[in-house]
Amino acid sequence: MSDDIYREIILDHYRNPRNKGKLENADVTVHDSNPLCGDEIDIHLKVDGGVIRDVKFEGKGCAISQASASMLTELVMGKDLDVIKDLKKEDILENIGLTNLGPARIKCALLSLKVLKVGMVKYYSENDPKSAEQIKNESSLY
Amino acid sequence: MQRSVVNSYELRNDFPILKKKINGKELVYLDNASTTQKPYSVINSITDFYSNYNSNIHRAVYQLAEEATTLYEQSREKIANFISVRPEEIVFTRNTTESINLIAHSWARTNLKKDDGIAISELEHHSNIVPWQILSQEIGTRLEYVGIDENGFLDLEHLIELISSKKVKLVSLSHMSNVLGTIVPIERIIKIAHENDIPVMVDGAQSVPHMPVNVKNMDCDFLVFSAHKMLGPTGVGVLYAKKEFLEKMRPFMGGGDMIKEVFKFHTNYNEVPYKFEAGTPNIADVVGFGAAIDYLKKIGMENIRKHEIDLTEYALDSILSINHLTVYGPRDPNYRGGVISFNIADIHPHDLATIMNDHGIAIRSGHHCAQVLMQRLDVPATSRASFYIYNTKEEIDKFVNAIKEAGRIFKI
Repeated sequence: MSDDIYREIILDHYRNPRNKGKLENADVTVHDSNPLCGDEIDIHLKVDGGVIRDVKFEGKGCAISQASASMLTELVMGKDLDVIKDLKKEDILENIGLTNLGPARIKCALLSLKVLKVGMVKYYSENDPKSAEQIKNESSLY
Repeated sequence: MQRSVVNSYELRNDFPILKKKINGKELVYLDNASTTQKPYSVINSITDFYSNYNSNIHRAVYQLAEEATTLYEQSREKIANFISVRPEEIVFTRNTTESINLIAHSWARTNLKKDDGIAISELEHHSNIVPWQILSQEIGTRLEYVGIDENGFLDLEHLIELISSKKVKLVSLSHMSNVLGTIVPIERIIKIAHENDIPVMVDGAQSVPHMPVNVKNMDCDFLVFSAHKMLGPTGVGVLYAKKEFLEKMRPFMGGGDMIKEVFKFHTNYNEVPYKFEAGTPNIADVVGFGAAIDYLKKIGMENIRKHEIDLTEYALDSILSINHLTVYGPRDPNYRGGVISFNIADIHPHDLATIMNDHGIAIRSGHHCAQVLMQRLDVPATSRASFYIYNTKEEIDKFVNAIKEAGRIFKI
């Protein structure tokens, strides 16, 4: 029920999002929205030596989509691309502590991961088309 | 205010779905602007059709087909009678959206030309925006938007200026906003437009189900609406057009039933309205729509309107007392329908709808297919509760309590 969804940590990330804003000189910037409800997320990545050196997001939408994006930026900051490449939707739902969302709301929680994956595809398509293809195929799972 | 003349508590027994439990709570269905629930009489009429009359219409000479044809055409008569027009002026489509697309394709494409303006408003549903954008891209017509004021009322002065300066060649307006509930003074607009020889298309998707609409008095040239928003089945829409318009319009789709004679290289089309009903139509659901009209007539549209004014006033009074809550649209229930759009503090409508669902309450959240209006209101989305004949004040109390509960969860 809703008390389990809108816990302190979700409301905190919704009202005080981490890593929110634009990133100057980003290597990759990706935008996507959920046409159903109008949630919007932009993710900016600064990548160097196979590692995410900086990440910021912009967006508007419901508490779930925005908190999920905020928590995702914390999750991937400073991480190796190889690790992020394998992030699954289950990882994200676990990361935000919402494993019981219905089919409509799960899209809100996963929008930022979708944007991140598109960003990875964009990044890899220049120097590692094989990895780009792999992410693309796996991302179409949801 | 006159007391409600519709006995919602009694009527509810006619709607099987209202007995359904959601999360252990009785369903409180407040998304009627989107689609309405169906009474037994409608559900049974469809079962009865498939059980006892099913056959294709307008062609075969055996008894079953004659009976099916009669039922289908009786529905057309009921609907014509319901809005005070002639049966041959009623064309069945799939929904309001298809009806507007039909007008854009079969009337506007041949009667408008490059640089002709089409007046619509910031209140419109996407179905009364996108077909005109497509037309503009194809033949160079221009969209002219009529704005709204802070209470959600049309900028009539601007509309009148557009009409009298002959900048527009078609006025296409929603009669009642699906987001704000605003009722547009359509009779006055039609009168002014006709004085300037400009035809008017009325989107009645929200008005026809909720208030008396008399086309004879209104004198619009086109009126469109959907069965499923007025107790009828999905998959049936109505296009009313004056007969002299229909007769001059080119067909929408070609195929069976819309023809009189087909030769190798040309075809003589059927008379109206059949010219616009190509292929086997949605026969059973049209018959079901007839049953919905019977049901509504029994209650009376005046009574339905009074009931909704009553509910809307009660709901507005209740929710406006909640802190940090903003209601969009007119305050006076006499100038609006039973559609209430609102936002509370920083709770996103989708989060509010999720919390409402815990209480078995179905409200809509999002842009309501009116993104131009959302841009005008400068909000990404709103929550929307919309009422119908079976809604009660008790349900509105539950709805208001659930909003307060959301405030508690979000620590407002």
